[in-house]
Amino acid sequence: MTELDVATAAPPALARLPLDAVHRRLGARMAPFAGYEMPLQYEQGIVAETLHTRRLASLFDVSHMGQAILAGARAARALESLTPADLASLSPERTRYTQLLNENGGILDDLLVTRLPGVEERLLLVVNASRKQADFALIRAALPQFDFNPLDRALLALQGPRAASVLGALLPGAEDLPFMGWRAFDFGGAPLFVSRSGYTGEDGFELSLRAEHAEDLARLLLSYEDVAPAGLGARDALRLEAGLPLYGHDLDETTDPVEAGLGWSIGKRRRVEGGFPGFERIRLALEQGPARRRVGLEPQSKAPLREGAELSARDGEAVGHVTSGGFSPTLQRPIAMGYVASNDAKLGATLSAPLRDKRVDVTVAALPFVPHRYFKTPAGKDAR
Amino acid sequence: MTELRYSKDHEYVALDGDLATLGISDYAQSQLGDIVFIELPEVGKKVAKGKEIAVIESVKAASEVYSPVSGEVVEVNPELGEAPALVNDDPLGRGWLIKVRVSDPGECASLMDDAAYSSFLKTI
Repeated sequence: MTELDVATAAPPALARLPLDAVHRRLGARMAPFAGYEMPLQYEQGIVAETLHTRRLASLFDVSHMGQAILAGARAARALESLTPADLASLSPERTRYTQLLNENGGILDDLLVTRLPGVEERLLLVVNASRKQADFALIRAALPQFDFNPLDRALLALQGPRAASVLGALLPGAEDLPFMGWRAFDFGGAPLFVSRSGYTGEDGFELSLRAEHAEDLARLLLSYEDVAPAGLGARDALRLEAGLPLYGHDLDETTDPVEAGLGWSIGKRRRVEGGFPGFERIRLALEQGPARRRVGLEPQSKAPLREGAELSARDGEAVGHVTSGGFSPTLQRPIAMGYVASNDAKLGATLSAPLRDKRVDVTVAALPFVPHRYFKTPAGKDAR
Repeated sequence: MTELRYSKDHEYVALDGDLATLGISDYAQSQLGDIVFIELPEVGKKVAKGKEIAVIESVKAASEVYSPVSGEVVEVNPELGEAPALVNDDPLGRGWLIKVRVSDPGECASLMDDAAYSSFLKTI
């Protein structure tokens, strides 16, 4: 068998997560990812961990991601020079999703930006692990007049329909945070940043705290009957089911936010004013529609289609390719996403792709495959 | 119960006369994780030692299975179409992949017995 060699060959220079020992005690199978030894799955396996997240709640260690604070007067306005989001209007304790763009409007990374409370203007950034060095270098070079400090903190994600009741029991008030809201709590005398966000399509939280306190928090959360550990494999299955793009696969420097289906994250003011890299290309794509689109794909086969598979129209013309593909534990069938020429990307259109020595039909489908269940603040409560 | 022989690629063979039952080892299934689809050869297909005979799709990835023996496929496991996870649950039993009429039973001599395979796993 072939894949085994990949899974067992551990290059020496991998970094370890602060909770490495906890993962190993929990029976994790570790695998290299973005320079870290990451828990790929625990004893339950990817299918059971995915289903547990959709039914109850799972704890993920995402400490490999980059966290940093950009501080200084008008820092949000300054960061707009690198991103298309409206960051200047971001209220304290609120989070917004955006992308760092290159001069062609291509995506250098996608990230979350939170405006921290306080008199001084401070932004908390969470970026992808594989891109953090490049992102930090870019921001430092582009915005030298601001304080920019990477944070050495662990990052845990508690995701699933029971996440709010569990976290609320531990940190009263956390269950009332709005979607994309943020608050600092006290955890044993140490600040714990709680953001109501995640990348699974479920309600949930991302929890940032100093590494030395992370094990205590993980143990406490795992002591709840509803909470089980879940690895990178389940996280990937969950985000694909939720139609969420993964950097390095569905997003890269050759894709712009409009064709990637992320136009919603471009601020209204920014569409008019511009002032971010690649504005011309993005303005045109917004006006005329992009030449290609990221779409959901349903292979009409039992075998999953994988990243890289070429997509053809009925007449055989190449019209796109798969950027993420796998098996959906929730739907119990193969699902995929990829880029397809806009003319061929109508919902329900039939394309085809090679699968080893055969061809399979592939139906263009709406995203997400599994509906999002983000928290909605009850009517009458202030959602800001 | 015939003795199992293992390849370094983690396939096993159970040889009974010239009829070999092929599958993947318990170690292999645990490394693959949840198996969701298995592409098996057709009955009658000629297989050669070291050549691909099946593809196992787990949630994460596709992995090729290589034949540890040469011969002709005489039977494929009919249960795996609907229940590929049998390979996870019972790789050496109900999760067998194919049966091959071997052309050279001597090929099995170069494969590892239980003890040798256990030692081999410790070196990985």
